[in-house]
Amino acid sequence: MLWETIRLALRSVRRNAMRSVLTLLGIVIGVAAVIAMVTIGSGTTAKVREDISKLGSNLLVVRASRPDRSGTSNFTVRRLEQKDLDVLNKSLEDVRAVSGESQSQVRIVYGAQNTAAQVTGTDTEYFTARDWTVSLGRALTEQEVRGGTGVCLIGQTIRTQFFGSGDPLDEIIRVGKTSCRIIGTLGSKGYTGFGQDQDNLVLMPLTTYQRRIAGNRYIDTIYVSVNDGASTTQAVADVTAIMREARGIQPTRDDNFEVRDMTQIADAMTSATTAMTGMLGAVAGVSLLVGGIGIMNIMLVSVTERTREIGIRLAIGAHEKDILIQFLVEATVLSLLGGLLGIGLGLGLAGGAASFLSIPFAPSLTVILIAVVFSALIGMVFGFFPALRGARLNPIDALRHE
Amino acid sequence: MTDALVTFSDVWKSYGQGEAQVHALAGVDLAIRKGEFVAIMGPSGSGKSTSMNIIGCLDTPTSGLHGFLGVDAGRLDRAQRAVLRNLYIGFVFQGYNLLPRTTAAENVELPLIYRGMPARERRDAAMQALAQVGLAGREHHTPAELSGGQQQRVAIARAIVTRPTLLVADEPTGNLDTQRSHEIMDLLTGLNRNEGLTIAMVTHEGDIASYADRTISFLDGKIASQGYEMESA
Repeated sequence: MLWETIRLALRSVRRNAMRSVLTLLGIVIGVAAVIAMVTIGSGTTAKVREDISKLGSNLLVVRASRPDRSGTSNFTVRRLEQKDLDVLNKSLEDVRAVSGESQSQVRIVYGAQNTAAQVTGTDTEYFTARDWTVSLGRALTEQEVRGGTGVCLIGQTIRTQFFGSGDPLDEIIRVGKTSCRIIGTLGSKGYTGFGQDQDNLVLMPLTTYQRRIAGNRYIDTIYVSVNDGASTTQAVADVTAIMREARGIQPTRDDNFEVRDMTQIADAMTSATTAMTGMLGAVAGVSLLVGGIGIMNIMLVSVTERTREIGIRLAIGAHEKDILIQFLVEATVLSLLGGLLGIGLGLGLAGGAASFLSIPFAPSLTVILIAVVFSALIGMVFGFFPALRGARLNPIDALRHE
Repeated sequence: MTDALVTFSDVWKSYGQGEAQVHALAGVDLAIRKGEFVAIMGPSGSGKSTSMNIIGCLDTPTSGLHGFLGVDAGRLDRAQRAVLRNLYIGFVFQGYNLLPRTTAAENVELPLIYRGMPARERRDAAMQALAQVGLAGREHHTPAELSGGQQQRVAIARAIVTRPTLLVADEPTGNLDTQRSHEIMDLLTGLNRNEGLTIAMVTHEGDIASYADRTISFLDGKIASQGYEMESA
C-alpha cells in the first residue's frame, strides 16, 4: 500500500516535470548551500590543523597582552622589546630556537611593478623556529641583524611576480620608504587554511625593520621552539617565570604578556572556523525554509487541481487518512528528491572549492544523513496542511468540482 | 419489507437557516429491495440527486432514518460510511470520473487498493471485471484513448470489481448517444438479472428509465410516484 502510494507520487512528480523541478529548486539550493558550507568548513578546519601540526606542537608564541584583571580600560599594553628577547635567549634551556618577529603589510616596488606584501623583521633563528628553508642564496647573518643592514629574502610569490624565472639575487627592491638588496629566496609554503598566501613575504633583519619601516623598537611576537621530546607545558611555565621576573611583575599581579602553545592556537582557530561555518549554515537553512513554503504552495495547487480525483477516491471508499498519506508522500517524495539533488550539487561545489582553495575535501556522512532526513521532514511538515485540506474535502462537493 | 436493502423513513435534507432554509428533501419514504432495479426521475431541483447521495452513503439526512443493510446509515461518521461504500456500494457517474492518464486496469483496481488487496489478486479481479463489461484487450488504454461508451464501461467495471450489493448510477447514459446508451443499459440490466445486483439509477430520460423494474418520481423534495410496487410502502 505504501509502495503503491510512493509509485503514485513519483508518477505525479514526473507528470508535472517542469513544475516539480521549479518547486524542487528551493530545496536543492538550500540543501546544496548547507552541504557545501559545512563540507568546506570542515575541510578548512582540517587544513588549519594540518598546517599547525606541520609547524610542530613544540612551538610557543609569546605576545604582549593586557592583564586579565587590569581594572582600568586605559591600561597601556607593555609591548615586547629586545631585552625580553635577550633574557629569554639567555635563560631558557632545552630550546632549539628563540626568535623575535615584527611585521606589517607594506607596498614593495621593483622597477615598474609593485605589490603589497607581508614584510617581516626578524633574526637568524627565525628560519629554525618557523621552519623556513632558503631555496636560493643565503639566510640572514648575525652581523646583518645586529647592524640593521638593508638586505632581504623574498618569498616565492614575489620572486615569480617580479622576476619570473630570472635571477633575483643582488637586485634592489623598494620596501615602503626604504630599499633592500635581495640576498636569497625562501622555499614555498603555499596557502594557509584561511586562504592566505604564506609566500607573499619579504624577510629582513629585525633592526632594519624597526628603524626603517616601523619606526619603533618593539617586537610583535617571540617564538620559542622547544627541543623535540621536551615538555611544552614545562616550557610555557619556564617562559612565564622568566618573563615575570624580567618585567618585575609582583606575585599578586597578572601577566602583562601571554604564552601560548600551538595546540591552544589551533583550538582557537578551529573554533573560529566552526562558528563561521555554523553561521553560514544557518543562513543557508533559511533558504530551506523558503523551499518548504514553495512545496506547500505547489501542494495546495495540486490538491485544488485534483479535487475531482479526491472526490472519486473518497466515493469509492478511500479514507481521509488514505488521501492524507497520498499527498503527504507526494510532498515528501518531492522534497526528498530536492534534498538528494541538493546533496549532489553541494558536494560538487565543495569538491570544486576544495581543489581551488587546496584544502582537503571532507564530506561528512552525518551531515549528509541529516540533510536527507531534514529534507524529508520539510516535505512532511509543509505538505501536511495541503494534504489535510484534501483529505477533509466533502466527496459530493469534490465530485461536482470542475 | 424484510428484504429491503435501502429504506428512507421521513427523510428531510435541509440547507441554510431560518427564513432562508431550503428543503431539498421534505419527508421522503421509500424502500429499495435486494435485487431490484430502480430508476429515479424528476426535474432538476426535485431532490433526486440529494436522495441519490444519501442512498450512496455519500451524504446523511438532516432528519429521518436512512437504513442500509439494516444499519442506521444516517448515524454513521465519515470513516464508517467510507467503509460501507468500499464494501457494499459501487458508483457510476455521468461524467465517467475515471482518473486521467491512468490505464483502465489501474482505474478498476482503485477500490481494491483501499481494501488492502494484494497486487496480484487485484490485477486478476480487474481483468475479470473488464472482461465482464466487454473490454478485454483494452486494459492498458488510458481514458483519453477510449470512446465515451468504453470509458463508461471502465467505470462500471470499477463499480462492480468489489462485488457490491448496490450499484448507484447517476445519469449513466447522460453523455452518450442513443446506441451507446442502450448498450450500457443492456450491460446494467444483465448485471441486475444475472448477478442479482441491486441498481439505483438517476435519469431524466423515459426510455432509459424503462429498463428499470420501476420508477420513483420526485417533485419538490417529495415523492410523486413510487412506481407500480407502491402497495408495499
